[in-house]
Amino acid sequence: METGFWLFLLISIIKILVVVVILLTAVAYTVLLERKVVGRIQNRWGPSRVGPFGLLQPLADGAKLFLKEDLIPESVYRPLYILAPIIALSCALMSIAVVPFGAPVMWHGVNLFQITDVNIGLLVILGITSVGVYGIALSGWSSNNKYSLLGALRASAQVISYELALGLAVVGVVMRTGSLSLKDIVSVQATHGLLSWNFFGGFQFVAFFIYLIAAYAETNRAPFDLPEAESELTAGYHTEYSSMKFAMFFMAEYANMITVSCVATLLFFGGWSSPFGNLIPAVGGVVVQALLPVFWFVLKVFFFLFLYIWVRGTLPRFRYDQLMGLGWKFLVPVAIANIVVTSFWMALRAR
Amino acid sequence: MSLSFLILALLTLGGAVAAMTLHRLVHCVLALTVALAGLAGLYLNLGAQFVGLAQILVYVGAVAILIVFAVLLTRGAEIASQMDSSRQGRFSALAGGVATAAAVFAVLAWVVLHSPTLSAPAATMTQVAPQAAMQQIGDALMRRYVLPLEVMGLMLTAALIGAVILALEEKPEAQ
Repeated sequence: METGFWLFLLISIIKILVVVVILLTAVAYTVLLERKVVGRIQNRWGPSRVGPFGLLQPLADGAKLFLKEDLIPESVYRPLYILAPIIALSCALMSIAVVPFGAPVMWHGVNLFQITDVNIGLLVILGITSVGVYGIALSGWSSNNKYSLLGALRASAQVISYELALGLAVVGVVMRTGSLSLKDIVSVQATHGLLSWNFFGGFQFVAFFIYLIAAYAETNRAPFDLPEAESELTAGYHTEYSSMKFAMFFMAEYANMITVSCVATLLFFGGWSSPFGNLIPAVGGVVVQALLPVFWFVLKVFFFLFLYIWVRGTLPRFRYDQLMGLGWKFLVPVAIANIVVTSFWMALRAR
Repeated sequence: MSLSFLILALLTLGGAVAAMTLHRLVHCVLALTVALAGLAGLYLNLGAQFVGLAQILVYVGAVAILIVFAVLLTRGAEIASQMDSSRQGRFSALAGGVATAAAVFAVLAWVVLHSPTLSAPAATMTQVAPQAAMQQIGDALMRRYVLPLEVMGLMLTAALIGAVILALEEKPEAQ
């Protein structure tokens, strides 16, 4: 009993360390990927000098941000000014805890590919993301700068509005599964490969597109990056931040992108399940069997991250009234219609 | 009384007291957020995962952030809130607050005293798995409490329409 507890504690701490290190590395390399891909879309090379193909650029960026002087402007309201980036980053890092990265592999009673399996994992992710807005709102207010304040106002209004559409879009998937546990949601989709994913077999593609649009708005990414529209607001809510405090906002944004991609994969694209289902006989030994789902998961998440960057490179920014109109007059009604149609369909099939 | 309950209860009460006594409006709102989050923690501590997270999602993530939003929009955030410091004003505020608190407490106490779980012997109370608990909540809302739910929906719709009418720009040719 006693040794079991210590073993559990040790494995959990190792899992948390590994996941956080991988997440932060992924954040750094998503930034590089973005610079590279947007560069190619705009017909230039992107970073190419540091290391082969510019692969060491994130290290150079990190060193630069660490060594920069940490300025705190005189007129800011200090406690909240310092608290804001902490809230933003910690909320962004916390929600990864309930994401399952691969098929459950038990070792000494601990699941190796998920930090913690909460029965209502989806709700946990939604809840933690909704708290992350405080970081943005407080940073804008405490900076005592009109650009920051306007950016924070835009961001919080945008996030609150699109949270509604996002939550409603997810309901269809939850109804089909009958569970809020991310593990259950994936196992329901794992039977027939591609055909049983919620996107194809579940007829949740409407929900998927609503989720994707709302998630882009929630993470303040192009084409909804009005809170940091550089042509109007300098840099929006993080105008007054420098050095590591700025980096914390930056990392929070990319960590949120990764979480959103993970959730999109889990809810609509079968999570760690392979697109071929059980059509292809299992290959390899135990280790390959355990790592193959992780490979599929990472591949799908990578696709969504690439999509993020692709969209940023191609679409122009929305105007603010267009953004609100799209959210309230289009996405919310369509999401409600999706719930109604899905429940009718389920009721008919249950007969 | 477990230690976790004690910490959460102190956090909630402290947040509530701070929300009433602090002078800067932004501090009050943040203290209110702490109180709401503490309440969510209490729910989680009791094993009511769904209610706890719904509390975070709705109250901490939406209601409190809307209040923050309103504070950001008004200039009250920068000036210390000008309280009615006259004796008369203070007394009426205190009386109103105490009356509201007493009414809420009376209703809650009545509900708690009349709930079936209190009269049942302790042995029959079983811990329900969160998944089953969520389904039970849905079942109760759709069967036993469907009328209160509908009334609530009607009330919210009325509030929504009222808000739209308030926000609607009056066109000059309409008059």
